[in-house]
Amino acid sequence: MKPTPFYNKHIAAGAKMAPFAGYNMPISYSGINDEHTTVRKGVGVFDVSHMGEFVLKGENALDLIQRVTTNDASKLTDGKAQYSSLPNATGGLVDDLIVYCLEANKAYMLVVNASNIEKDWNWIQQHNTAQVEMHNISDKTCLLAVQGPAATKILQPLTSMDIMNLKYYTFTKGVFAGVENVLLSATGYTGSGGLEIYFEDNADNATKIWDAIFEAGKDAGIKPIGLGARDTLRLEMGYCLYGNDIDDTTNPLEAGLGWITKLNKPSDFTAKDILTTTKANGISRKLVGFEMIEKGIPRHHYYIKDASGNTIGNVTSGTQAPSLGKAIGMGYVEVSHAALDTEIFIDIRNTPVKAKVVKFPFV
Amino acid sequence: MNFPSDCRYTKEHEWVKMIDANTAYVGITAFAQHELGDIVYVDVPSVGNTLAAGEVFGTVEAVKTVSDLFLPVAATILEVNTGLEKQPELVNSDPYGEGWMAKITLQNPDDFNALMDASAYEALVA
Repeated sequence: MKPTPFYNKHIAAGAKMAPFAGYNMPISYSGINDEHTTVRKGVGVFDVSHMGEFVLKGENALDLIQRVTTNDASKLTDGKAQYSSLPNATGGLVDDLIVYCLEANKAYMLVVNASNIEKDWNWIQQHNTAQVEMHNISDKTCLLAVQGPAATKILQPLTSMDIMNLKYYTFTKGVFAGVENVLLSATGYTGSGGLEIYFEDNADNATKIWDAIFEAGKDAGIKPIGLGARDTLRLEMGYCLYGNDIDDTTNPLEAGLGWITKLNKPSDFTAKDILTTTKANGISRKLVGFEMIEKGIPRHHYYIKDASGNTIGNVTSGTQAPSLGKAIGMGYVEVSHAALDTEIFIDIRNTPVKAKVVKFPFV
Repeated sequence: MNFPSDCRYTKEHEWVKMIDANTAYVGITAFAQHELGDIVYVDVPSVGNTLAAGEVFGTVEAVKTVSDLFLPVAATILEVNTGLEKQPELVNSDPYGEGWMAKITLQNPDDFNALMDASAYEALVA
């Protein structure tokens, strides 16, 4: 189990640590509800250095990305990023990812889930028939997500780059907190705004940047945030979590990722034919959001039933939502039960507990 | 961490505190609530049931996890703490007081003395 470069910071902050994707990660510090509220109302810092980063370079880099991903990366210009997915041969998902355009047609960075680094690398490598230069920089890349409505304001004094006006899914690169080559990206997994900060784990960069951010955010009540609150924050937004809501067996259309599945992009891609047929024939199940009407908390793998007790699907994620004070979840149901306000039942310890289908995001 | 001496404890991290000769409160320890984190729901559907020691009498849900509640001694479940419906966080803030989970009648009051005392439990979780 690997530590991230911020391990000592987590221990000093009193983090509850646990293994995640081969890393020893902070799960919570002050408590999930408090951390969640901190991000929704102020600013919090997540160490997500476990995430994977690949840099693809060369004249065929874009072509390779176009062939392995569902979104249209040819639309990207320098400084723009896009959410995308890697389909497998049967139309399931190898992973979801963000594609960063470092230099159009020449250099791209792919940011992938920590648990899928090796799988994704092998998958892309397998499709790399035109000698695209590929670098796995995951181990030497630090990633801090500074999220919340106060995030950009507290970070602006640490750099001369204009981050207050950085548009969603764009990024800039330069000197930040005295460290060079820092990539500041207006992205995140919380729905509360803020930046994601990528930089090389070199000398005392990690300590320098961590300390600078916490000093800058002191008056705003900045706090470190663990993976526990990261999950409740993303779930309130209805963002998919790989391994829960999407995996090798779910296709992007049923997962609500049709918007990043560009069947008409100017390039063939893995499983395009299968996904085109699936779209034409209509999906048979759909990832929906639901809220509990009766008491109970839905959890991953619980069955979803109809009023007659027939199994119609399964829960992929669920939690008590800290911002809402009620229990929410996501899960796949047969399309006949996917309409808003449809009454469904979550099988909690052999008891059907009433819930209803609601729209995303939950908040 | 606080482990009151008038309670007895189990290795599943529940406590029992006698109210009179036969009845007692049951809850989870300060250690357990700290490990679970923010408690969001306590479900005790077993009111009125008589259960053996070690049987599941309910569940406690934290934001991220769900844990079974094991009955420390053979007993009948008399009552649940309805105060937890609106304020499950009392389990975190006052685990041995307002955060109690069930009121029980022991089948054999001597069973209480057979459980771990505070110092034995403290040694277990140290």
